[in-house]
Amino acid sequence: MEPRRRRHIAMQRRAAKLLFHNLQELRHSASLVNKVFVQRDYSEGTTCKFQTKFPSELESRVERTLFEDTVKTLNNFYAEAEKIGAHSYLEACVACATAYLIFLCMETRYEKASVRRPFLHFKRPVLKKIAKYIQEQNEKVYAPRGLLITDPIDRGMRVIEISIYEDRGSSGSSSASSSTSGSTAR
Amino acid sequence: MKSCEYQQIDPRALAAAAAPGFAPPRAGKSAPRARRKWEVFPGKNRFYCGGRVILARQSGVLPMTLGLIVVTCGLFFAFDCPFLVEHLTVFIPVIGGVLFVFVVVSLLQTSLTDPGILPRATPDEAADVERQIDTSGSSSYRPPPRTREILINQQVVKLKYCFTCKMFRPPRTSHCSLCDNCVERFDHHCPWVGNCVGRRNYRFFYSFIISLSFLTSFIFGCHGKYMADSSRKLNELCGCRALTVLCTVVELVICFFSIWSVLGLSGFHTYLVASNLTTNEDIKGSWSSKRGGEDTGNPYSHNSIFTNCCVTLCGPMPPRQVDTALVLTVLIDRRGLIPADDVAASTAAAAAAASSEQELPPFMAKSDTHMCAQSPKDLLERVVRSSDRYLLCPPGTPKTTPQGQGASAATDPSSSSSSEPSAPDFTERRSSCPSAATPCPPYGRGTKRASLHSINPAFRLASPSPTLSRAPLVRGDAPVLGFVPPP
Repeated sequence: MEPRRRRHIAMQRRAAKLLFHNLQELRHSASLVNKVFVQRDYSEGTTCKFQTKFPSELESRVERTLFEDTVKTLNNFYAEAEKIGAHSYLEACVACATAYLIFLCMETRYEKASVRRPFLHFKRPVLKKIAKYIQEQNEKVYAPRGLLITDPIDRGMRVIEISIYEDRGSSGSSSASSSTSGSTAR
Repeated sequence: MKSCEYQQIDPRALAAAAAPGFAPPRAGKSAPRARRKWEVFPGKNRFYCGGRVILARQSGVLPMTLGLIVVTCGLFFAFDCPFLVEHLTVFIPVIGGVLFVFVVVSLLQTSLTDPGILPRATPDEAADVERQIDTSGSSSYRPPPRTREILINQQVVKLKYCFTCKMFRPPRTSHCSLCDNCVERFDHHCPWVGNCVGRRNYRFFYSFIISLSFLTSFIFGCHGKYMADSSRKLNELCGCRALTVLCTVVELVICFFSIWSVLGLSGFHTYLVASNLTTNEDIKGSWSSKRGGEDTGNPYSHNSIFTNCCVTLCGPMPPRQVDTALVLTVLIDRRGLIPADDVAASTAAAAAAASSEQELPPFMAKSDTHMCAQSPKDLLERVVRSSDRYLLCPPGTPKTTPQGQGASAATDPSSSSSSEPSAPDFTERRSSCPSAATPCPPYGRGTKRASLHSINPAFRLASPSPTLSRAPLVRGDAPVLGFVPPP
């Protein structure tokens, strides 16, 4: 690998470490008040879908329509990933013919692309799109309101975890510390 | 002065990793170090090849399965093929070879693939679920089984609460006591394969038993032909062919018994696939019409054999939930680790926007308290905005960040009420920034400070981030955002 590329990768690694530490500090600082969990909606079977019911804890923080839009878009992404059509049949037939060894080189629709391996795309990787969308939403909508959405893939696709951070300028700082200590006393 | 509260380190995560039955991490790494998710995995699975390969605790009969297949095929190629190539066609060993490869590959994929293990609920989630459950007046240690009823396709389905994983199991998920995991679309735990059969490896298992039934039928047929045609010759030869006769008989016996069991199993699973059932459901009779009276059909069935087959076998391959590496380490290398000192160095750099925080909990490193003084909204904004900047541009010196924050706080209308109290923070940060930047140069000095980070790097690194979607060096088989759930 040429030195420039190596340096670029090293730089990105450092940046990511820094970024993660920022996030870590954020999560474990005293301003984390509460976490709200948006559960799965199983009304259509085992397909991945989240409830669009607006949690009461977020009423004062974010508009209902914004929240519902976010959840509906996420649901659409997952529905797209799990859609079964001609593409998935082709993927399955080819995979079966190669004794599923093709999964070693191929990215399925769900998974992110890897730059280091040669891959055959049958469909765009959806997880990457989802992560990007969540990042955008956090940036534009939720972070300005003191909220942070966690990608459901990090929670076993069980819940969408929304962390609520208390504004330090408000009078809720005492309740913040008490609820934080309550959550840590486990 | 508001003191910063930090979550205590929970040694449970580390204790779980120390439980017996875990594949030991690579030797030679000195503790403390960044732990992998699979290293602190609380189930009874074993992980190899850096977490890529997963096996149940008791792989039990898998060597025997492999041995039987290899021995039978070996005998077939050694004895039957030379005879049949002469008398029939050269394609006999070719077909046999292809089937053999198919069977072994499917078997290994079934055994070594994550069947769809659901990671256990984080403590926050578990507490949230507890709050929602009505636990009034229960004095026993273990309350009665909790169930939650949901509607799936207009049919009532009960979700059970898993006491081990501390969550309500999604539909069709079951807890395997051998592997001590909840597995999605749990079919059964197959001792021959040495793994659970679940959502992610059911197609491999199905192709294994189908190809195995073809293989055993093929070998049985060829062997029968061989025995029929070569019996005349056996009479003419002397007793040194006793070994050949023994091998022939062994092969025949194995094939005969295998055919009955494997063909039967293939037929059963073909029925399950066609009706979109799992073995677990079929055995329990969950959707049998005898139970429950009215209208208890299978809510997951699409009422068409073809659709059911396609959904079961041709559906997309879901991603692993149990990830093989922590988030940061995935960026570096598929199996690389961040040494604890590196983490400490990056901590110092990140906390360069320093305020003069006075009160310190005794176990906290000084740099960690710097974040407390900032407004969380600004922190959030800085963090999510910095994802673009940091990942696309060279990591700027820490001096640049407070200025960005100051601008963002000033222009953000929603935080106008909080801008006043946070303004002094900014001035503090700006003034102390140069001093903070110099003694703590970012990354790579390799200082071996015993900060909080080195005590439990897994805990410190446990941060699901939505912002690293652009990470370039991501291995395909696992989602990027793997992490150790914070205790």
